[in-house]
Amino acid sequence: MRTQPTGPEPQMPEKHYLNATYGIRSWLLTTDHKRIALLYLASVTLFFFIGGFFAMMIRLHLLTPNGYLLSADTYNRMFTMHGVAMIFFFLIPSIPAVMGNFLIPLMIGAKDLAFPKINLLSWYVYVVGGMFTLWSMVNGGLDTGWTFYTPLSTVYSNSAVAPAVVGVFITGFSSILTGLNFLVTIHTMRAPGMTWFRLPLFVWAHYATSIVMILGTPVVAITLGLAGMERLFGLGFFNPAMGGDPILFQHLFWFYSHPAVYIMILPAMGVISELIPTFARKKLFGYHFVAAASLAIAVIGFLVWTHHMFVTGQSTYAAVAFSFLTFLVAIPSAVKTFNWTATLFGGSISFDTPMLYAFGFLGLFLVGGLTGLFLGSLGTDINIHDTYFVVAHFHYIMVGGAVMGYLGGLHFWWPKITGRMYPEWLARIAAFILFIGFNFTFFPQFILGIMGMPRRYHVYPPEFQIYNVMSTAGASILAVGYLLPMVYLTWAAFYGKVAGENPWPATGLEWKTQSPPLTENFEVTPVVTWEAYDFHNRPDLGLDVPGGHGPRIVAPAHGDD
Amino acid sequence: MQSPLPIFPEQASNFAGNVDALFLFILMTTLFFAVLVTVLVIFAAFKFRRKSEKEVGDEVEGNLVLEIGWTLIPLVIALGIFAWGAVIYVNYRIAPRDTLDVYVIGKQWMWKLQQPNGRKEINELHVPVNRNIKLIMGSEDVIHDFYVPAFRVKMDVVPGRYNTMWFRPTKVGKYHFFCSQYCGTNHAVMGGWVTVMDPAEYAAWLSGESGDVNPVSAGEKLFTQLACVTCHLANGTGRAPSLNGVYGAKVLLADGSTVTADEAYIRESILQPKAKIVAGYQPVMPTFQGLVTEEQILNLTAYIKSLQSQPVPAKGAGIAPAAAGKK
Amino acid sequence: MHRTGSLYGQFKTLEQQKDTATLGMWIFLVTEVMFFGGIMLAYTINRHTYFHAFAVGSNTLSLPLGGFNTVVLLASSFTMAMAVWSAQSGKKQLISIFLTLTILLGFVFFGVKYVEYAQKFHHHLVPGKNFDISYCVDNPSKCEDISAADLERERGEIEEAKAADPNLNAHAQLYYSAYFGMTGLHALHMVIGAGLLLWLLKGSLAGQFTAEWNNPVDIVGLYWHFVDIVWIYLFPLLYLIDRHK
Repeated sequence: MRTQPTGPEPQMPEKHYLNATYGIRSWLLTTDHKRIALLYLASVTLFFFIGGFFAMMIRLHLLTPNGYLLSADTYNRMFTMHGVAMIFFFLIPSIPAVMGNFLIPLMIGAKDLAFPKINLLSWYVYVVGGMFTLWSMVNGGLDTGWTFYTPLSTVYSNSAVAPAVVGVFITGFSSILTGLNFLVTIHTMRAPGMTWFRLPLFVWAHYATSIVMILGTPVVAITLGLAGMERLFGLGFFNPAMGGDPILFQHLFWFYSHPAVYIMILPAMGVISELIPTFARKKLFGYHFVAAASLAIAVIGFLVWTHHMFVTGQSTYAAVAFSFLTFLVAIPSAVKTFNWTATLFGGSISFDTPMLYAFGFLGLFLVGGLTGLFLGSLGTDINIHDTYFVVAHFHYIMVGGAVMGYLGGLHFWWPKITGRMYPEWLARIAAFILFIGFNFTFFPQFILGIMGMPRRYHVYPPEFQIYNVMSTAGASILAVGYLLPMVYLTWAAFYGKVAGENPWPATGLEWKTQSPPLTENFEVTPVVTWEAYDFHNRPDLGLDVPGGHGPRIVAPAHGDD
Repeated sequence: MQSPLPIFPEQASNFAGNVDALFLFILMTTLFFAVLVTVLVIFAAFKFRRKSEKEVGDEVEGNLVLEIGWTLIPLVIALGIFAWGAVIYVNYRIAPRDTLDVYVIGKQWMWKLQQPNGRKEINELHVPVNRNIKLIMGSEDVIHDFYVPAFRVKMDVVPGRYNTMWFRPTKVGKYHFFCSQYCGTNHAVMGGWVTVMDPAEYAAWLSGESGDVNPVSAGEKLFTQLACVTCHLANGTGRAPSLNGVYGAKVLLADGSTVTADEAYIRESILQPKAKIVAGYQPVMPTFQGLVTEEQILNLTAYIKSLQSQPVPAKGAGIAPAAAGKK
Repeated sequence: MHRTGSLYGQFKTLEQQKDTATLGMWIFLVTEVMFFGGIMLAYTINRHTYFHAFAVGSNTLSLPLGGFNTVVLLASSFTMAMAVWSAQSGKKQLISIFLTLTILLGFVFFGVKYVEYAQKFHHHLVPGKNFDISYCVDNPSKCEDISAADLERERGEIEEAKAADPNLNAHAQLYYSAYFGMTGLHALHMVIGAGLLLWLLKGSLAGQFTAEWNNPVDIVGLYWHFVDIVWIYLFPLLYLIDRHK
């Protein structure tokens, strides 16, 4: 059953944040969190295409075992830059910087984030970091792997390591500033009545993500700083020739980079926690547990980094301890998955595009998360570490999970951001294409890993070819699945059907204001008296609640200030 | 033992059976939960699909028993998997006492191995079946990794320290090994073969070698085996000059002088590569002193001689320009 | 967002603005702890592994200069605290005076640091090709700023250390990597702090800080104190290794 907004045809509001002021300066010097979100949307999309281009080169090259398309050095640059672009410049900022920025003030009833100028600064920092990295890419590229292991990156590599390291270092501060802004905003800027446990789970997810951002990112900053110093000025912490230790680099690097994967997935989980209640028209099952699980993932996520280093020859006891902790961090994600599933039971489910993405997320994150068990288990990890099994595992989570969440959220909130709806049937087709293309691309890679194909290989033994060909075929379908939304979402922003205030309808505060919102978000600060996702107590949504709405009365949307 | 699924490599070591069993257990468990959740989701999606436009779902907050249940049960299963994996790992990391020790050095982009009696190998490891083998491994430059899928074993080699790894091969045969820690340009070709032999054959192999009658083909095999081919690319794009046409020609050296590439020059280049550096190239060739016998040098020379008639690349040959014109 | 007086448009009350800014600064300082923490970890591990080289390295630092700088920074924290107090008490002129004193003390610190760094460059103690822990001991004429007695002591220390660690020179470079890394990072933060103080001074001279609204002074004060505390860690870690002899 498809959601149909009821009532007369909605009209575009006269004044909103997009037409409040005109000119390039009003965009480049804006402090409006919504405009900054769109600035980020443009830049992360650019880097998504750059990373996607490198991915295309990788998959095309791997069609044949002898690698006729690219030279070894060029291939090594392709996979490195694919990783750097996608992780640091797309995945980590994506949902927080685009959707978090846009929505958090709206969801909590605030006029803006706590520090609007710092928000703008964070975008410029991202851009400067991005420019350094782009410079590295066009000046010979980077071939160390996105993990920059020493001494390969600091001593032996002949590629443009220094500018890339500087670029990633700088962009890290964008992440830190965003996290800082979110944490403070959620603490001090909530509207009256918006208590902690009435917050949408999207906000909880971003709170947990922000904790990870501010505690983890400085560590990778200093690590890359030291690595850069080593490459440029001969400092020796990671150089065995000087008594330094390459494994120290790995510890410092993974201390951030493991929590970083939670920076990438927690916001997506937050999106799913909005989509499922909305499109099942039912409260999220176990709200408190899901909120607690987000925090648990953030905290325990800091305690597992050495599971990336089980075969480095470190202490056996350390390995056992970290494997144990790794299994612990799996549990909150399982809890969330069960809660999302339970929400469906007794719901009233529609299959609008955002919900299709939520279903896709459930299936793909399930596979990705469960395959983590093979890797967290020491006995099996020895065998599949650094093979395509790992590559498949993280792509299932980062693409099957995070990108599905990103796209689902983009579709869900596109009417709020632009005031217009995207074309529903085209969007559903694109979602299916994505899902099918994704599985064809990455499932064969699990097989390759089990068969023993190592990762980061520009040539491979011929017995691995069939699965590589399958994977490349899937990738071409996946590419179509990505291009379609780029095109129709852009089209819809200008020519889509006018959406109105709350087309779904959904229960969040962001839907109690016009689409697109005013610059200051709300004409009058809302006063919140309802729980999250409380379809049974929201007469303003115009839905049929058996037995009438509950005793709690919703305050008028535009109450006294 | 036969591998459980066709995609698994052969099981050729003492660890393989246990590792595969654990893998299968995890697979069964994860399949169970994956199917369970998938079925539940699909079922719910159909049973509770929206029937009228303004319908809402039921009012349900949650259920404490379920929450505790689906926290504790996965926790117990997870810890079970952890424990099994940890036991395998601890066993894997603590080598038994009576091992046959082989020294392994990884470097960009080849493996040098040394048997207990001093016999050296490049990109090959010969071991006897049913003996505990310990590899003591180091790196000359960056981090590499020695991975034998059929044995289910893998260990990084880290510069500045030694890492050890042990296994007991249980099946005679030849098994691929790979470098599986990204180490630069030729990471993907830095592999080779582990040959597991009967003890008697191993002993015989250790003390001597079987010769190949035809020196050129023996030399050609050596040229690949010793990884010369990774740098001396025939088309001249490698780190070392192409050897096509080099025998008998004049070679231009870095110091400006020229030398004729005769047998002595070839032998010197193999044993003391830094003595004469070809113009435009870096002195990165490792010495093969101690790694090749005189007989093998002769075979290599015969092979290189046979490259006289191969096409000389325009760029990347070591031949002095004037001499190239004459040819 | 428009600003009405001191109140920024996204806030409802000055109280909310103050709480928000203060929380923001505390969270930022937490990120700084993580930032310095990384290099402190590298320092700790290397000091443990190469204690002799670290001890030799530490003994080439000037205790008087380091001690003096420590006193300077502590004094600057005092003057900063006085600036905050002046702001809270509404004594506008005093704010500017104390801020100026803090800035001056900061510059004194930079001056001393410059002298120390210059010395290191002259004595071939910068990690890199020319690094040589024994440079001054082997070339006393090139290191005239070290007394003969001190050179003798250093020679003895180096010899003793070499016996325990034949690769002393390489490992001493690690000490200096830590030294320049940590003090350099700290100095960079002080430069930023000085910039913030100058910005505060500008506001203070314009009379912007009152007893009602003095939050910027407060939170820059937090930052300055943090930078001071980092130095309180750095001083013993770098200057006081094995000094009891």
